[in-house]
Amino acid sequence: MSDKEIVISVRNLTRNFGERRILNGINLEICQGETLVIMGGSGCGKSTLLRHLIGSMKPDSGEVWMFGQDIAKANEDELDQIRKKFGMLFQSGALFDSMTVGENIALPLREHAKLDEDIISIIIKMKLELVGLRGFENLMPSQLSGGMKKRVGLARALVMDPKIIFYDEPTAGLDPVMTGVVDKLTIDLTRKLNITSVVVTHDMGSVFRIADRIVMLHQGNVLQIGTPDEIKHSKNPIIQQFITGAAEGPISFMQTGDNYLEHLTSKIKE
Amino acid sequence: MILESLGKTTLSVIKQTREVFLLLGQSLYWFFVGPFKKKPVSRKGFFAQTVFAGVESLAIVFFVDFFIGMVLAMQSAYQLQQLGATIYVAALVGVSMTREIGPVLTSLVIAGRVGAAITAELATMKVTEQVEALETLSLNPVRYLVVPRFLALLLMLPCLVIVGDLIGMFGGFVVGVTQLHLTPGLYFDTTINFLTIKDIMTGLLKSAVFSIIITMIACHQGLSTEGGAEGVGRSTTRSVVTSFILIIIADAILTALFYFAKT
Repeated sequence: MSDKEIVISVRNLTRNFGERRILNGINLEICQGETLVIMGGSGCGKSTLLRHLIGSMKPDSGEVWMFGQDIAKANEDELDQIRKKFGMLFQSGALFDSMTVGENIALPLREHAKLDEDIISIIIKMKLELVGLRGFENLMPSQLSGGMKKRVGLARALVMDPKIIFYDEPTAGLDPVMTGVVDKLTIDLTRKLNITSVVVTHDMGSVFRIADRIVMLHQGNVLQIGTPDEIKHSKNPIIQQFITGAAEGPISFMQTGDNYLEHLTSKIKE
Repeated sequence: MILESLGKTTLSVIKQTREVFLLLGQSLYWFFVGPFKKKPVSRKGFFAQTVFAGVESLAIVFFVDFFIGMVLAMQSAYQLQQLGATIYVAALVGVSMTREIGPVLTSLVIAGRVGAAITAELATMKVTEQVEALETLSLNPVRYLVVPRFLALLLMLPCLVIVGDLIGMFGGFVVGVTQLHLTPGLYFDTTINFLTIKDIMTGLLKSAVFSIIITMIACHQGLSTEGGAEGVGRSTTRSVVTSFILIIIADAILTALFYFAKT
């Protein structure tokens, strides 16, 4: 991977929400054309990290370099230019309810590119074909299933021919077959179009199907970065527990500390 | 404890006031500067909002203003009859509709109908990541969502107020002619004689200010929503309540400025 061009570089990214530190000095490099999976338990900071990568959150300290620019310090106009070069698939698809599928996909084209309506209509059909939903352009989002919404969301993310696509839990809430379909789409896009994919997920099946490299986050820190094989054979007990999904282990489901007795009797002492 | 919560509330009010003015500033920026940056306001969105806020509000404005005009005539007739001056019902209805009841009542009705709808829609978009999706598609939410609504209501609310004024006066006219034995011609003439341009203009100016209050509060509440369906409900309620209070306060200030300020 090291011989490839680095498209995203995260340096010492730190972010606090009030008193809580969500990201604790993250360092990460993402190469052109690879599929990088960011995984970790709920509340480990993976969604927050993604929000920083797409520029919708600003870090407390640290840098996020993309296309040769620090997006943490970019102004609105610069950020707009960078955002045209990447696409984002939201967890629920985030389609605009008031528009048809076709209008959803066409929106970025109509706003940013001066194209003929005929050409736009051809592009819509091409992008829908890519996600296997040709002929759906006149439906409203409310008429689609969850999996279809995600695929339309993907078509919309692809419409400006981005160099990077970010996926936020692309397979959450989908049935196994649809999960397979979305995974295959991710792989195809990376291989065929040489798009860089950054996927946030905790669906282990999907992780090992699509990932070129995996980043394991835990409590705001990068635990390990490696290929799927390296992660699978990791000695780290936290990673092992996460992969196997064991209830017992270093990741505790208790988030309240060990002062249970004190907590129970706290009212009485007062 | 009381001081602490009072301090917290004050700080949060100051913060929100700042945010609302910031939003107003951004809206004006996109309205005036947007076209030069080749990012004009979406015409389609503007027309859709105009139809929603204006045309589709006609029925409710009609009902509310018609009946309040009737009530106004009946209530004032009760007093004026004792003085033997029922003819002044026409003047009273005309002046109070154009100066006060028309703009304020219509704006309150619109705050309930349009303001609530704006907040609920934007809040739902916010909690379902649609606002964030707009941003990642390089579309500024203020330019794309707030400005069309802002302009549409700024244009339509004064229009609705004109309609409401007329219908209110018509309500008074119906009472005057059928119950107070005034001739239609006399009622009409008295109304015209007592109305001045200033009455109508101040009413319209008020409604323009109220429209800014309604859209800015509604959009600010909508876009700052967090916490799923419950959050959407909370924002919508807060939007309507805040609009109501601010409309009444603004009304008091504007009335004082227009009619009591020493020039």
